Amino acid sequence: MSNAILDIAALHKSYGANPVLKGIDLAVNENELVFVIGPSGSGKSTLLRCCNRLEEPESGSIRVDGTDILRPGVDLNQVRQKIGMVFQSFNLYPHMTALGNVTLALRRVQGMGKEAAEEKGRAALTRVGLGEKFNAFPNELSGGQQQRVGIARALALEPRIVLFDEPTSALDPELVGGVLKVMRELKESGMTMVVVSHEMAFARAAADRVIFMDKGVIADQGPPEEMFGNPRHERLREFLSRINH
Amino acid sequence: MGAWDRFVFSFFNLDIARQYLPAIGKGMVTTIWLALAVIVTGVLLGLVLALLRSYRNKLVNFFIIMFADIMRALPPLVLIILLFFALPYAGLSLEAFAATWVALSLVLAAFAEEIFWAGIVAVPRGQWEAARSTGLSKLQTLAHVVLPQAVRMTLPPLTNRVIAITKGTALGSVVALSEILNQASSSASQAGNATPMTLGALAYLVLFIPVVIFGRWIETRFAWKK
Amino acid sequence: MDAIVQNFFNLEIAAKVWPFLLKGLGMTLMLSAIVVPLGLMAGLVVAVLGTLKSRLLKAALIVYVDFFRAFPPLVLLIFIYFGTPFLGLDIPKLLAVAIGFLLNTSSYYGEVFRAGIESIPKGQFEAARSTGLSNAQTLRFVVLPQAIRNVLPDLISNTLEVIKLTTLASVVALPELLNNARQAQALTYNPTPIVLAALMYLVLLWPLVRLLSRLEHKSIAMH
Repeated sequence: MSNAILDIAALHKSYGANPVLKGIDLAVNENELVFVIGPSGSGKSTLLRCCNRLEEPESGSIRVDGTDILRPGVDLNQVRQKIGMVFQSFNLYPHMTALGNVTLALRRVQGMGKEAAEEKGRAALTRVGLGEKFNAFPNELSGGQQQRVGIARALALEPRIVLFDEPTSALDPELVGGVLKVMRELKESGMTMVVVSHEMAFARAAADRVIFMDKGVIADQGPPEEMFGNPRHERLREFLSRINH
Repeated sequence: MGAWDRFVFSFFNLDIARQYLPAIGKGMVTTIWLALAVIVTGVLLGLVLALLRSYRNKLVNFFIIMFADIMRALPPLVLIILLFFALPYAGLSLEAFAATWVALSLVLAAFAEEIFWAGIVAVPRGQWEAARSTGLSKLQTLAHVVLPQAVRMTLPPLTNRVIAITKGTALGSVVALSEILNQASSSASQAGNATPMTLGALAYLVLFIPVVIFGRWIETRFAWKK
Repeated sequence: MDAIVQNFFNLEIAAKVWPFLLKGLGMTLMLSAIVVPLGLMAGLVVAVLGTLKSRLLKAALIVYVDFFRAFPPLVLLIFIYFGTPFLGLDIPKLLAVAIGFLLNTSSYYGEVFRAGIESIPKGQFEAARSTGLSNAQTLRFVVLPQAIRNVLPDLISNTLEVIKLTTLASVVALPELLNNARQAQALTYNPTPIVLAALMYLVLLWPLVRLLSRLEHKSIAMH
């Protein structure tokens, strides 16, 4: 598994008495785009959020680019710079411009000077198609634009892997395409990505592997053609037929 | 003398006003100093306590909440009396200014802490998560992402509370602090005329009406966006 | 340690002054029971008057409210109490105190109600009026119920302040709790009565503070 950017072994997570992740093993290789699907409550978001320790698992191990992120003494702030995260509800800082949102961590965590950080920030924003919007505040941007700022914010730190937690679920339908296009380009540039989403067409076009989660375990996984074209698992078939209506 | 003339003589006597204006002025200086001192220490202490609370240490939180509850439940005058009259029995003698300042600061700190904390809590969790996910530490997240948003929400109630507490400076007169009310009452007794009281009232209005208007402006500017 | 108990928690003295303090508490509660309901009503009137279209009225109300919010209640009290004899009027203590507090609290409650009314979206007025309800009915059945629910924490907070305000009456020797405690302290040369009174205030008011905390957090979280 020396190529694995993300290596999860025997991961367990419960909320109080409710087990949500019941033993997850997953390895994501460099340049791979892993697409995670499953009914609500299957634990997909929780799995993603464990990967940068926004949720604390009960047991198991998670290694990112070789670093064990669950180790007690680990410098979480350093590790998190290698793991980009894009949120369903964008979570942009409303009191800062797009550029401000993107450069905050560059300046405060990486210690960059204002000039250098803003140059990098502008590059990231341009990369996601927001070259005209450096000084716009979040409330002046459409949902799709806000999400793209969120992506730029994650990219500016040059992570080894980017995690997407239902990135388009909160968007009006006509804005979804713009964000997916950016994600597509990101994939083509070689970024390792894990995407939790319902956008099956995107999975078909861009995913290397699709993972079906159900009730806290990985019930099935495989290349998209197989998973969507020829679903073996009963539950997967059920799930797909529900989604396709 | 008719009733009206008697009224003017008792309350708006220009000679007496002129005579006692310096005394009232002296009182104003004390009031202003006291108010400023209370605002600075009270708000800062409240902010520090709220920040401490964000570290979610159970023991520390217990004491902070206990402090806030007690200082919000106790009438400020009781606290001033306690500090001024009771503390000497424990060997600590506070003079009038100190007793009033400490009491009002503690009360303001308690209210300020609750207001700041409510503001911090109201910042959506997603903001914390986004900031932390880019590697920002807890303190950095507070300083650059959470507090700027929290302060916006806390400004109206905080301003109101600050105004209410600084009017409490008048309570210092009960322990003979020579602020406006005290100066006005003793001058009035001395003169056998109520005019110094009128001067005192005017002094308060001059000081506080601008503050109240400022408070109104803050409220409208930082009102909840619907 | 022993000195502290002797001076601040002297059980003997506490037992002696307890009945006297209890009387004071009674006066405190009575004063509160007068001022709070009257203040609430006056505040409601002020706020409702503010919804009328007259700009003159609105201006007058703002002057009234800002004046009494700017004016320290203690000064107001002293004024009414000591100033009125100069006018030739002789007012009983309780009345002077009640009037002073009422003027003060009506403006605070008035502000709270006004903010509550303004927080109700215009759409509510429009919907109610469009079904034929009059202005008064709209206020009564649609706007005020929602407004009051929205500002409940502030109303409780103000009521808490009013009860604490009663201690000011000790300055004009109204026999409420603080006044009696100070008298008892002077008579016994021991601060235990004041400590006891402080504890009584805490017991009386702490539940309100807790309730308020809970409501405040819910209310801010909703925004």
